[in-house]
Amino acid sequence: MAEFLQFAFSGLTVGAIYALVALGFTLIYNASGVINFAQGEFVMLGGMVTVFTHAAGVPLPLAALIALVVAIIVGLALYRLAIEPARGASPVTLIIITIGASILLRGGASLTFDKSFHSLPPFAGSKPLMIGGAALLPQSLIVLAGAGAIVIALWYFLTRTLSGKAILATAANRLAARLVGINTNAVVGLSFGVSAAIGALGGILMTPITLTSYDSGTLLALKGFAAAMLGSMGNPLGAVVGGLTVGLLEAFSAGYISSSYKDAVAFLVILGVLFLMPQGLFGRGGMERV
Amino acid sequence: MRRFLEGPYAGVLALAILVAVLPLALPSLFYLRIAALIGIFALVVVGLNLLIGYAGQVSLGHAGFFGVGAYAVAIGPTYLGLPAWLALIAGAAIAGLIAFLVGRPILRLRGHYLAVATLGMGLLFAMVFANESAWTGGPDGMPVPHLDLFGFRMSGARTWYWISGVSLVIGAWVAANVIASPTGRALRAIHDSETAAQVLGIDVARYKLIAFVLSAVYAAVAGAYLAMFDGLVTPETAGFLRSIEFVTMAVLGGLGSTFGGIVGAALLVLLPQVLTVFQDYEHIALGLIMIVVMIFLPAGIVPSLAGLLRWRRS
Amino acid sequence: MKRHLRMTLPSMLAAAAFLTAASTAYADIKIGSILAVTGPASFLGDPEKKTLEMYVDQINAAGGVNGQKIKLTVYDSGGNPNKAKTFATRLIEQDQVDAVIGDSTTGATLAIMPVFEDAGVPLISLAGAIQVIQPVRKWVFKTPHTDTMACEKIFEDLKKHNQTKIALISGTGGFGKSMSAECHKVAGQYGIQIVHEESYGPNDNDMTPQLTNIKNAAGVQAVVNPGFGQGPAIVTRNYRQLGIKVPLYESHGVASKQYIKLAGDAANGVRLPAAALLVADKLPASDPQKKVVEGYKTTYEKKTGQEVSTFGGHAYDALMILVDAMKRAGSADKAKVRDEIEKTKGFVGTGGVVNMSAKDHLGLDLTAFRMLEIKNGDWTLAN
Repeated sequence: MAEFLQFAFSGLTVGAIYALVALGFTLIYNASGVINFAQGEFVMLGGMVTVFTHAAGVPLPLAALIALVVAIIVGLALYRLAIEPARGASPVTLIIITIGASILLRGGASLTFDKSFHSLPPFAGSKPLMIGGAALLPQSLIVLAGAGAIVIALWYFLTRTLSGKAILATAANRLAARLVGINTNAVVGLSFGVSAAIGALGGILMTPITLTSYDSGTLLALKGFAAAMLGSMGNPLGAVVGGLTVGLLEAFSAGYISSSYKDAVAFLVILGVLFLMPQGLFGRGGMERV
Repeated sequence: MRRFLEGPYAGVLALAILVAVLPLALPSLFYLRIAALIGIFALVVVGLNLLIGYAGQVSLGHAGFFGVGAYAVAIGPTYLGLPAWLALIAGAAIAGLIAFLVGRPILRLRGHYLAVATLGMGLLFAMVFANESAWTGGPDGMPVPHLDLFGFRMSGARTWYWISGVSLVIGAWVAANVIASPTGRALRAIHDSETAAQVLGIDVARYKLIAFVLSAVYAAVAGAYLAMFDGLVTPETAGFLRSIEFVTMAVLGGLGSTFGGIVGAALLVLLPQVLTVFQDYEHIALGLIMIVVMIFLPAGIVPSLAGLLRWRRS
Repeated sequence: MKRHLRMTLPSMLAAAAFLTAASTAYADIKIGSILAVTGPASFLGDPEKKTLEMYVDQINAAGGVNGQKIKLTVYDSGGNPNKAKTFATRLIEQDQVDAVIGDSTTGATLAIMPVFEDAGVPLISLAGAIQVIQPVRKWVFKTPHTDTMACEKIFEDLKKHNQTKIALISGTGGFGKSMSAECHKVAGQYGIQIVHEESYGPNDNDMTPQLTNIKNAAGVQAVVNPGFGQGPAIVTRNYRQLGIKVPLYESHGVASKQYIKLAGDAANGVRLPAAALLVADKLPASDPQKKVVEGYKTTYEKKTGQEVSTFGGHAYDALMILVDAMKRAGSADKAKVRDEIEKTKGFVGTGGVVNMSAKDHLGLDLTAFRMLEIKNGDWTLAN
């Protein structure tokens, strides 16, 4: 039982991180139809900027805030300078643009910062809590709580605020949204900003556990993308469920099956789910317009 | 003759001439190696183009098939006593068979769901290559024996330039045939709209599968070439980044254009060599170039420039 | 020059640019280097590149070697064997280098070795695995300790403490896989039994599931963690979080103070085999390596503002062995330099005292490793 709990704690912590990356994918996809492969770089920026401003003597909360702002600016710039000028290009062209952006951001980070690994002090101490014979880090709880808070805030933003509703409207039908007077360009830009903020927050919360470096975003983007697809791209709830599922699958297969093939198990399950449900866990059978 | 030159084979003929005269302009073995690498990667992209450019199905896992070909020529001669050329054919056949088997279920998925499924498939290959050390040498890879044909040893940049160049011409010729055939027309119809193609009575699943299997075989052959050329194969051959690189080559050069694929491959092989002058700024430059090309030539280099020329002329 | 004469006219035109470039730099000694400056192994290539550049500048400022200046060309392979091989060809064909240092990783080194063997250019590799120098290849040398030596050093220590049943948790990257395979090979000689084995991916964030299995495995008296990068730091933290009480051994892949910084308090009590460089300030004044390691540590840390790592140290050793050989050969003649590298005797480097021979192109023995224990967030020499 203790080991089951231990695997679950590990899976939930890692899963919450994947979920935050997946949420970022989902939000931008919703507003613009773009799969943003630079999403992992926002996470990296969140962690790295916090580490370096903190090391320069800035108190941690302020450093985190600065990192958040930097990531948002990068997100907006990505949209304004690379995505918007290519409007009307095919989805796969846009994907290549985001891959180019991620290479550029990684290169920039390796120059601005360095190529070493870095960590942040845990926000609430490093002494693990013992629950049912399993150890749980306070920081894991913070990551989980942070992910939960972000999901609730996002839900509130999307359904209760005008800007949020504009994102949903643009996602549903861009032309119709424009017809009712929504500035769809601004809305898509906004979605990039919010996605960057979510990614950076994830990066800040997880760095005390996972460490960070200039190229830590690549693999996170891969896992986050898979998680978002598992939970149906475009569905925020699906992103969270997808992320947690991938995290738990990895932890349980590392614990019970084989640590060398734990990623394989996760991807086999994703493949299996997609064969049975081609639109992901939360997909609605879409219709194609001819 | 005139019809031939204007048809889909004109490009193949031009390519053949280019391959034949290029070595005259290459001053050293280093340039020949670069040209051979371009040929090898272009072969993958020409095949991938059938799938992405014509059938409209994005795959993020083709490095998996590339790896199957590469490990076939490593494992076949080393552990199974196969001659290298037979191992190459076996590798291509295995890749084709795997594509055939997973193709049916995988190709039911659409758009990004297909992308993530192929990505998972590619990762599974890479993980097997990295983990089964007894057969694959693990993460540090294993040596690949030389290819001996008709009593001659196939090694060195010059030999591999000719092998990859001739293979590329043949590959482009086969692709041109496929594109000009009813299969090609069916693939384009699927690209425009799967539902519409279905309504028109096209067996969508079958044609997508044909493109998938063909592209897998192209990738496997190229993978085998690269492994024999380098004399070593590592799991990175089959890695996720390789898959992304293939798609990037296809899209940068131009989807739906065989020449575009070759230009895309050439660009991504040459850039890291040219960009060494930027030292630490190399990756920033690479990312910027990708973004700028895609913004200003959104259909890819070759189709966009061709369109621009046509527009200027009219 | 002869090769160029046989070429056709168009290729001669194309080659003209390179010929002029080559003739202007004729007086220099050309040293090439292929390193994993970016990519997953950049924590190797980055300090290595900085070290080479720093010391080449220093040597040139002091008048160069045999009156000639060194011209250093560094290419970034990203640790990718295919790219490394292309750069190897480039160094030989275009840059026409006299000797080469690299690659940082084993896979890439294995890919480039044949190129230098064929061309007859000395290569000093910075890769860890023993395959690089075993079997001995005429033109290939290396400076980092082998993973076999690390296993032996750890097993020696375990035996001393009467711990014979161990668990392995290794990274799935080249380093971890290769070292765990070597540990399996030599375990028998030391009477060590590997009773449980786990692994983790190079980018994994959490190893508690694997460590939980180790914790629950019966009879484990110590745990060994072959791996480098951020993995060992996370393993160490998770190890303490789960409250595992048996001793934890890290490998020589943990090569700089950064590990202690990342692992924090959890690092206390960890034992590992390491080069003397890590304990430069704690060596007795009588230690033959004292002067060299202190010198390198001070120079590197002052210049880069970063913690010194043994990886950079391997690059320092390679460069110095090469330069010494060139001085003894009196020129940069490739064959003579190769012979002189092989005759390296009593060279004191950051990795140990190097005595090469025709049969040994590494020249280090087990004394090159010190057994360290981390106490109060700092390295100490164990016993």
